[in-house]
Amino acid sequence: MASIVDNTVNINLYQRLCQIRTFEETVLENFPKGVFFGTTHTYLGQEANAVGVFDTMEPGDIVFSNHRCHGHFLAYGGDMRALFAEMMGKSTGVCGGRGGSQHLQWRDFYSNGIQGGILPIATGMAIAEKKKESHKIVYVFLGDGTLGEGVVYESLNIASLWQAPILFVLENNRIAQTTPIEQAIAGEIRARFEAFGINTEELDSSDVLEIRDRARNLVKYIREQNAPAVLILNTYRFGPHSKGDDTRKADEIDSIRETRDPLIIHGARIDAEKKSQIRNEMIAKIHEAFEYALADPFPIIEKNPGGLFSVGFEGQR
Amino acid sequence: MTTVLESLNNALYQALSKDENVILMGEDILSPYGGAFKVTKGLSDTFPGRVLTTPISEAALVGIGTGMALRGLRPVVEIMFGDFITLIGDQIINHAAKFNWMYNHQVEVPLVIRTPMGGRRGYGPTHSQSLEKLYLGTPGLRTLSPSFIGDPGRILMDVILNGHQPVLFAENKSLYNLSTEWETLRKEFFIQEIHPKNADTYSPTYVISIQGAPEANLTIASYGYMADLTRQAVLELAYQYEIFVEMIIPSQLSPFDYPEIVRSTKRTKKLLIVEEGNLTLGWGAEVVARTIESLGSQIESIRRLASEDTPIPASRPLESSVLPSVESIIEAARSMV
Repeated sequence: MASIVDNTVNINLYQRLCQIRTFEETVLENFPKGVFFGTTHTYLGQEANAVGVFDTMEPGDIVFSNHRCHGHFLAYGGDMRALFAEMMGKSTGVCGGRGGSQHLQWRDFYSNGIQGGILPIATGMAIAEKKKESHKIVYVFLGDGTLGEGVVYESLNIASLWQAPILFVLENNRIAQTTPIEQAIAGEIRARFEAFGINTEELDSSDVLEIRDRARNLVKYIREQNAPAVLILNTYRFGPHSKGDDTRKADEIDSIRETRDPLIIHGARIDAEKKSQIRNEMIAKIHEAFEYALADPFPIIEKNPGGLFSVGFEGQR
Repeated sequence: MTTVLESLNNALYQALSKDENVILMGEDILSPYGGAFKVTKGLSDTFPGRVLTTPISEAALVGIGTGMALRGLRPVVEIMFGDFITLIGDQIINHAAKFNWMYNHQVEVPLVIRTPMGGRRGYGPTHSQSLEKLYLGTPGLRTLSPSFIGDPGRILMDVILNGHQPVLFAENKSLYNLSTEWETLRKEFFIQEIHPKNADTYSPTYVISIQGAPEANLTIASYGYMADLTRQAVLELAYQYEIFVEMIIPSQLSPFDYPEIVRSTKRTKKLLIVEEGNLTLGWGAEVVARTIESLGSQIESIRRLASEDTPIPASRPLESSVLPSVESIIEAARSMV
């Protein structure tokens, strides 16, 4: 059972869930209009993971996220206009339009689109912070599909050997693009982490309070012990992996939406009028961010975009 | 006499002494072993806790170094054999080398990856290659390769302490026991040291000719251990065959910036490129392309000498037959002049 919290906290958490939900709905709704360039991986259905886990964060803590990073970025406090703009390839984007949907960097938030490759980097960051005695910790996200990558296990091994202050958050949404875990993962997921002697907890919930409480225990452990931990969150994504590539049956998704919607679960703690007020305010804010981003300029094309790295012989210049 | 190995070892010692953010990581680098080639010998005694031995996990090692670099440290990662850089491709190409540009210059990754390349020790197909060619041209990655000339340790120390981007530092194994003393060389050779415009730390290109020799009628470009073989060949070419060579030896391979090769070839009209990596799509191919793009029909003759396009055999005579040698450099040069 989740801990009892006061109404302000509940409302704040609901606002953050609602922000991610509405943002991602706006993304999928507008993709066919051609305003975005490239692709997207929405966080619909998984909102409570980022919101719950990041409620344990302290200033200066570090996040390394993956391809499905919008929810993590927004829960971290990232700016919606900058994220829309990045996805539109605008100069006002998080990375000036260079990165797009999956390659974000802002303050102590980083994301990259390669499966598993971010794990050793996040581990290295945690070891660096430990060496600097900064007392910062690292949150790194991986999905069930990422468990197929070998570098994951190299990283877990060293994180444990060197006692890196890092929380590995495995969001097991039970499907990698179109491949269900039954066709991709042998044995027990949890055992893979425990084999390295890492403190591992597992939760099957879409309740932001439950997720937050479980994360809080582990984060307390990481800060006190200066050691790694794993949080396995068994979750569901409501949308396609990317856009229009969902091979699951409609009734399967419908039933997931009925029983595992973080907004319905947490929304039950807030009165209906307040919820609709939050939702309307969020729609207005997101609409405004979207319109601003839409009006923002594209980057100026540099003649020599490589800067330091661009070379040529003098005779040709 | 200071050897290249001692020079590199001393550079690591100095870097660790001067900046507490410097961290060394690699397989089997602790005392008393000090790494497979002993470049890190003794360092863990002086700097315990900052010289870290690691599991056999090259990809994670480079990733961890990248993470440390993003968070303000100056990590140096040793990959035990250059052949193993195939295992770090994703970490270099999709992570370390991309971050600065992809994140709109909001971060820097001052990471140095050192690794021994090259054959001539009979280690066979998977422990003898010169694979730096696979990474040349990777945007965001700088590749340095010291040679017999100059101060290999200074190149290494400066990039560890002052670099701003990921660096692949390729050390040809055959260099380790060579002397770094300049004085005898200077008696024989006229040596110019030129600093590439695109190098942000010390990594000179050397332009070398025999003291008092007539004007050169051939340019030879080479790097790493091949530069030493070229030096030997150049003496014989001059004294036996009256072929006078201007050698161009860069220590920064990429970013690719060798105006000296163009300038020299414009004068000699003939360019020979010598490298230890295998021929096809190697360093020399890019040198040829760029030089021709610049000079076009002003060039009379251009040739590449490299290893055969086969794996490197273990047997000594077989190995010798696929790698460039002083003799094959002389032969190639004679065929051009």
